[in-house]
Amino acid sequence: MTADQPMISGSSVVKLARGVRLHEDTVRGQTVLLAPERAMAVDDIAVAIVQALDGERTLDDIAAGFAEKFDAPVAEIAGDVTAFVQELSVRRMLEIVQ
Amino acid sequence: MSDTIARPADAVVAAPRVPPPMAMLAELTHRCPLACPYCSNPIALTQAKEELSTDEWVDVFAQAADLGVLHLHLSGGEPASRRDLVDLTQAAGSLGLYTNLITSGVGLTEARMNSLAEAGLDHIQLSIQGVSPESADRIGGYRGGYERKMAVAGWATNAAIPLTLNAVCHRQNMGEIDEIIELAFLLKARRVEIATVQFHGWAERNKELLMPTREQVERATRTVAEAREAYQGILVIDYVPADYYSKYPKACMGGWGRVGLNITPSGRVLPCHAAETIPSLSFENVRDSALSKIWYDSDAFNAYRGEDWMPELCRNCDRKKVDFGGCRCQAMTLAGNASATDPVCIRSPLRDRLTREVEQLAAPSTTTTNYRGRA
Repeated sequence: MTADQPMISGSSVVKLARGVRLHEDTVRGQTVLLAPERAMAVDDIAVAIVQALDGERTLDDIAAGFAEKFDAPVAEIAGDVTAFVQELSVRRMLEIVQ
Repeated sequence: MSDTIARPADAVVAAPRVPPPMAMLAELTHRCPLACPYCSNPIALTQAKEELSTDEWVDVFAQAADLGVLHLHLSGGEPASRRDLVDLTQAAGSLGLYTNLITSGVGLTEARMNSLAEAGLDHIQLSIQGVSPESADRIGGYRGGYERKMAVAGWATNAAIPLTLNAVCHRQNMGEIDEIIELAFLLKARRVEIATVQFHGWAERNKELLMPTREQVERATRTVAEAREAYQGILVIDYVPADYYSKYPKACMGGWGRVGLNITPSGRVLPCHAAETIPSLSFENVRDSALSKIWYDSDAFNAYRGEDWMPELCRNCDRKKVDFGGCRCQAMTLAGNASATDPVCIRSPLRDRLTREVEQLAAPSTTTTNYRGRA
């Protein structure tokens, strides 16, 4: 076995993998993240994070942007962003650019 | 009693509201070049001339999207046997449906794969029957199938379509699970699905050939647990264990008429692919009725919703909200009564008999293979 497990940190740059996308579920009145055999209901915060995963900025950059926009402590936001992105990574929903 | 008569009709609907369906399996055709002896298609296969037309399918997809379906599985038979597969994929995608192609790979070419990618196919699920040409082609009953599948996996990856490798496991290939997972990794799949054979349709006819042994099942469970750790973040491993060796039944279909629905090639709407084995049910057709009416109001979909249908054993059991009483088709096959407790359940009076039968079936034997569509 030669599988290297991806590590997510503040310096990671990621984007949604092909085949993973946000979808406005008008019937149930919610936003869902669709992936193979998975539909994950996501709240406004999760949607904002997913939309920020542009494959260019690091997670630290993204967290700093949110901290400024919402006037919140950057350490706390960075923790939330990394934890959520880690979860997406384990579910194989991300392409890790760097 | 007078208060029953006085009650307004609406008040009777005190039962929990039926949720909209999440997923729809469209069996575009029953035609298939392979002949797997565990095929989930019914014994009586639908003829090509009875299949829904392109326009009819697109209309069903539109109704499904309106109804709340998120995932559309394009399946069969072999869906690539439909000449309009790319058009159907394109139409489904433009309706916002998440499109998943469930294929044996036979019938696809590199050009067709690229057309599917352009049409917006979200995901492809490629079946394999084994990890070597000899074993795979023997099970699939199609020479050259394995080689074609390896090529198809490469075309999918080149076209950037996410790939899941899918293997039905049974006594003949249960020892290959670690190799199946490794093959998925080597083919750059993101997901591998290992599903133990379910004994409906053709598989029921081949029980003696396919029934895994208890030792195989225990080893498979350990293999999967180890691989999940080794491949975390690289490969999602979905595993459907052998319910004949479990204590409790599976939550079949996530509950009858709760999560998903199936459309047969000729348009009949089923709560699950094996539902037609229950003789007391009759199924409506999208050619005659609206999909939403069938989902919410038809007798077949309402037959095993909620708990009114349940035997006392299930109704008084706290697991009824976990497994919804198990599999109705399995109850039909094993107990001769679709409303019985799934005989897999340790609380079923039929469990001991089933255990003895399973042990006999799993013993080495020299049975012949009943290939799908050829037996």
